[in-house]
Amino acid sequence: MPDPSLIMYEEEFRQIDAELQKLHQQANAKATLLVDKNGQLITCVGESQNLDTTSLASLTAGNIAAAGGMAQLIGEKEFSILFHEGERENIHITLIGRVILVVIFDQRSSLGLVRLRVKKSAESFSQIFNRILQKVEKPKVSGESAEAPKLAPASPFSEITEEDIEKLFG
Amino acid sequence: MAFINYSAREINCKIVYYGPGLGGKTTNLLHIYKKTNPEAKGKMISLATESERTLFFDFLPLALGVIKGFKIRFHLYTVPGQIFYDASRKLILRGVDGVVFVADSQVERMEANLESMDNLNKNLKEQGYQLDNLPYTIQYNKRDLPNVVSLEELNRALNPKGVPFFEGVAYQGKGVFETLKEIAKQVIMHLKKGT
Repeated sequence: MPDPSLIMYEEEFRQIDAELQKLHQQANAKATLLVDKNGQLITCVGESQNLDTTSLASLTAGNIAAAGGMAQLIGEKEFSILFHEGERENIHITLIGRVILVVIFDQRSSLGLVRLRVKKSAESFSQIFNRILQKVEKPKVSGESAEAPKLAPASPFSEITEEDIEKLFG
Repeated sequence: MAFINYSAREINCKIVYYGPGLGGKTTNLLHIYKKTNPEAKGKMISLATESERTLFFDFLPLALGVIKGFKIRFHLYTVPGQIFYDASRKLILRGVDGVVFVADSQVERMEANLESMDNLNKNLKEQGYQLDNLPYTIQYNKRDLPNVVSLEELNRALNPKGVPFFEGVAYQGKGVFETLKEIAKQVIMHLKKGT
């Protein structure tokens, strides 16, 4: 079955942002991004003002998808790490479950340092995203229970009318 | 599938334009790009060959506006239509929220339309989707050409379920925004049902 929609709430978003900041600093990176496997940017830290992060997110996902396709052709499950080396800038891409971690770095850092720090952060990101997925799935299965996470805020879609959508197109 | 960010108050959806080669998928995106206000669009990316045939995908991020305090963003993708790029098409369908099938109305392209439609069904199934359960619309493009198949015949061959369809002349912009509006409406209503 296809993955369910990725729904992110304030609490997890803060945790992700903090983890990404930590990785960014420890890896001496230029910019660090977290991207959904479908190509949507989740968040980014660092020097992103002059960076087209939306396009970068989409191309990263395409890159991971293409590498995954190649992996299957040779009998591998996936290629979870990709590295692109440029003259000045480099990109390190890591697939962690359904998200992709992108670290852009220059001569102020090194591939070894980035790999080491990414490996350490990957575990934290996995845990956070597992919690997000549980939060999305749990209320549907068991309703409210003692150990259930806080109930999700009301869906922004529940009161949308066709008229609202018409207005988007002026 | 869609990415709903309560923190940034954003909803991101993925629309894929599918169809046979040279049918006008990229032209649809180019027209949308040309006619959208600069603040509502990102850069359009085309991964194309030297002869401007789509190699991997075209990508156009659009910010449609705000509903109930949430920014609605649509990411439009095209697939490469040529038969031998099937592996790439499968990848692009991942996480799709809505499909636009751009058919070529010319008589001599009917077989290519049917082949592409079969391919769409097959590739969606492989990803665990069913076209019947997805937001989906069809655009019959190139209606300005002299050798076109009638709408009745096109619908009989390509639209047995009677989903909404539009006549298009994509390079002139005819039918382009009508198609986009229809798929956007269906995607948002589909998300509403699912949440």
